[in-house]
Amino acid sequence: MTDVFIVGIGIHPFGRTDTRTGLQQGEFAVRAALADANLSWSHMQFAYGGSDSAGKADTLVAQLGLTTLPFVNVLNGCATGGAALFGAYSAIRSGDFDLGIAMGFDKHPRGAFDPRPTDWGLPEWYGEAGFMVTTQFFATKLRRYMDLHDITPITLARVAEKAYHNGSLAPHAWRRTPMDVNAILGAQMVNDPLTKFMFCSPAEGGVALIVASGKKARELGGPRIRIKAVSMRTRPQGSFEVFAPYLDLERGDSVSTSASRAAFEMAGIGPKEIDVAQLQDTESGAEIMHMAENGFCGNGEQEQWLAEGRTRLDGTLPINTDGGCLACGEPIGASGLRQVYENVIQLRGTGGARQVARKVQNAYSHVYGAPGVSAVVILQC
Amino acid sequence: MVFPLPPDTESFDPVELPSRGTLWSYTVQRFPPKSPPYCGKEPFEPFALGYVELPGALIVESRLADVSFDALRLGLPMELTTTALRTDADGHVVLTYAFRPAQDAGA
Repeated sequence: MTDVFIVGIGIHPFGRTDTRTGLQQGEFAVRAALADANLSWSHMQFAYGGSDSAGKADTLVAQLGLTTLPFVNVLNGCATGGAALFGAYSAIRSGDFDLGIAMGFDKHPRGAFDPRPTDWGLPEWYGEAGFMVTTQFFATKLRRYMDLHDITPITLARVAEKAYHNGSLAPHAWRRTPMDVNAILGAQMVNDPLTKFMFCSPAEGGVALIVASGKKARELGGPRIRIKAVSMRTRPQGSFEVFAPYLDLERGDSVSTSASRAAFEMAGIGPKEIDVAQLQDTESGAEIMHMAENGFCGNGEQEQWLAEGRTRLDGTLPINTDGGCLACGEPIGASGLRQVYENVIQLRGTGGARQVARKVQNAYSHVYGAPGVSAVVILQC
Repeated sequence: MVFPLPPDTESFDPVELPSRGTLWSYTVQRFPPKSPPYCGKEPFEPFALGYVELPGALIVESRLADVSFDALRLGLPMELTTTALRTDADGHVVLTYAFRPAQDAGA
């Protein structure tokens, strides 16, 4: 089986772009990735792409070119980007193809997502009583974690402060104004212990990645980043997920831990060998808990890690170097690929003001989403 | 064991759950949930909710009633009660299940 490389990357700025549809933002990202790799659409042998709520990716052939390539649409919630890359990676690895593209985009209305009980197999009273609110899940999972492992609110604020700082240095980020911990802690409480500035918002954006076999990547001659591992998992028994009217007494691992272990095993390396990480930060506490769920630290050690600035750009393990979901917002179909885009930037050493201080050899990205799905990608240069 | 009882009564038998337990986690809903589906009091009042561990059974999600938000903590002994969700068009008070701090605990 051949190795798989990323040879081109493109992004449409995240946030709000009233003048472009979600599909147009996806198209923008594809053209940027092709330009980055010095290739044209006619070179693409296949495409995997998707969005959660902004249209069918394969219709883009009308704009990009009717080359008759196979274009697979992906729809996996927050793991849509991860699933698209999983498909593209597998296609190259099979040996049947040596050049293709994975892409994702989205555009959501303002405000929180708007789920309905019946779509989730839940009774109407569950929504009537006020439980159909995603932020409650994040808050209750976090409340228990903080109490069991001595995490305090200042640590949540430090995560958000870091996100807005990093976002201010990333051209594709949405929230580009730094904010200090007191402003974050003092903001309006949404679901205790999380304030308004500790949550990400639904947003818009698009990302495309061009993948190639080792032989093709060498032929192209440009910068190439090796995909060491791609894993995707659905929830195991005993995990805690959104919209759960009950939980089993016997608690289990999180789906992120399952995806993380699989990726490390595939890559043949461990968490200590990772130089930079992009972790799902739907809210500040998610980044804290995902640090431990992905094996980077023990439960409770985050308090000290954040106090010492270990996850900042100049730290020992920089996390969410472009500001993550907190600063970029969350266009569901594009979010996971944004993390991989950011890791390619860090591995190439082209991050400019947000380039991490340490030398980057291995880069890690992790998405998590409802209803309990996670994808992890490990890159290496 | 699952909660609530599914409509498929051929595959599931009703089981009576313990009416007392301990608070497993909690939060406060500070903003009005989207309506529909939310159908609570007008004007909106923030409310506490969380998970209550029922020994030997499961952990259920519930409204938390008759308690100040500041008094909530993990492990708090809780007991089953009801709380007013809203008043309907005919003036009837619509109740929902809830848990409150156990009245005889820690006194």
